[in-house]
Amino acid sequence: MHVVILGCGRVGATLALMLEANDHSVAIVDRDREAFRRLGRNFKGETVLGIGIDEDVLRKAGIERAGGFAATTSGDNSNIMSAQIAKVKYKVPRVIARIYDPLRAEAYKELGIDTISPTLLGAGMCQDFILGRSYRSIGEYQALPEFLAHA
Amino acid sequence: MYVIVVGGGKVGYYLTKALLGAGQEVTLIEKLHRRFDLLQEEFGDAAFFGDGCEVRTLEQAGAARADLVAAVTGDDEDNLVICQMAKRKFNVKRVIARINNPKNEVTFQMLGIDETVSSTKLIYSLIEQEVEVADVIPLMALRKGHLELVEVALTAGSPVVNRKVRDLKLPQSCTLAILVRGDNSEVIHGETALRAGDIIVAITPSAQVQQFREVLLGKAVPTS
Repeated sequence: MHVVILGCGRVGATLALMLEANDHSVAIVDRDREAFRRLGRNFKGETVLGIGIDEDVLRKAGIERAGGFAATTSGDNSNIMSAQIAKVKYKVPRVIARIYDPLRAEAYKELGIDTISPTLLGAGMCQDFILGRSYRSIGEYQALPEFLAHA
Repeated sequence: MYVIVVGGGKVGYYLTKALLGAGQEVTLIEKLHRRFDLLQEEFGDAAFFGDGCEVRTLEQAGAARADLVAAVTGDDEDNLVICQMAKRKFNVKRVIARINNPKNEVTFQMLGIDETVSSTKLIYSLIEQEVEVADVIPLMALRKGHLELVEVALTAGSPVVNRKVRDLKLPQSCTLAILVRGDNSEVIHGETALRAGDIIVAITPSAQVQQFREVLLGKAVPTS
């Protein structure tokens, strides 16, 4: 399967290397050339310089033939916009957007975009560890707590 | 009417100022502290500190009762999220997004945001009109500039191709003078049939150049 990854930070680069280790073809996009260093020397996939909300850049990364798309830049809104382009326009079957803001993640989940909020996941797992509880399912961590839902 | 403007840069600032001047109720949301302080000095309570991409900020600014939300930050992705949140989370009837990359106009439409404004595109279309007028080339000004001697090359898309000169509805006082076809030239008369590739030398009042151009080459089509 061909996978397009947006953002070559720690998460994006690690995901790229993981997928490649599992014999998938990967194209990774970042606006900073230096970021590709994180991939190391052995990365065989494609690196594309540019911003992910630009469709020309996404096409260059092979979005038209992609089976998966992950938006992992540090910008929630860039991730949201590119994920929607991948899903709505290019009909990529598996699209996921990383969104730090739990409320925004929740709102877009309602709109049918699969999101992962590292904020809820990280905080929830830390809490469970500190309180000596066993870890829960991803879905439980991702559920927006009531006290965050209202302003 | 209650309007929420998101983004207190130059566009947001002048938009807010104009709306307040027109007697509308406005809230201007700005997320940068330093910028917000300036806006608050000028607009008082109409300035609101917060990130307009966040549900909470929109809620506190009263998005639920807003008639219109205008997202005018410098980032297209932010403007998209603001508009989608306003529309779907708060049921705001009308949302307008500023876009910087003209290509995003189509993307925004696809994602449910129909009203976009692109200054890049506006300026481009103005320049384009300018460029199209330039296919009527001025050769010489006559009668202190009231008349112009111009040259026009007919293209295949020109509405006058394959028509006789006497059938054309030229603006008043326009005269087609000389036809250059290949290496030959001839004086134009009523029976002259025009072809693509013909070059016409004509005299037109300066005020009529635009209409003259439209008759010979068609209307300038704005880019979609």
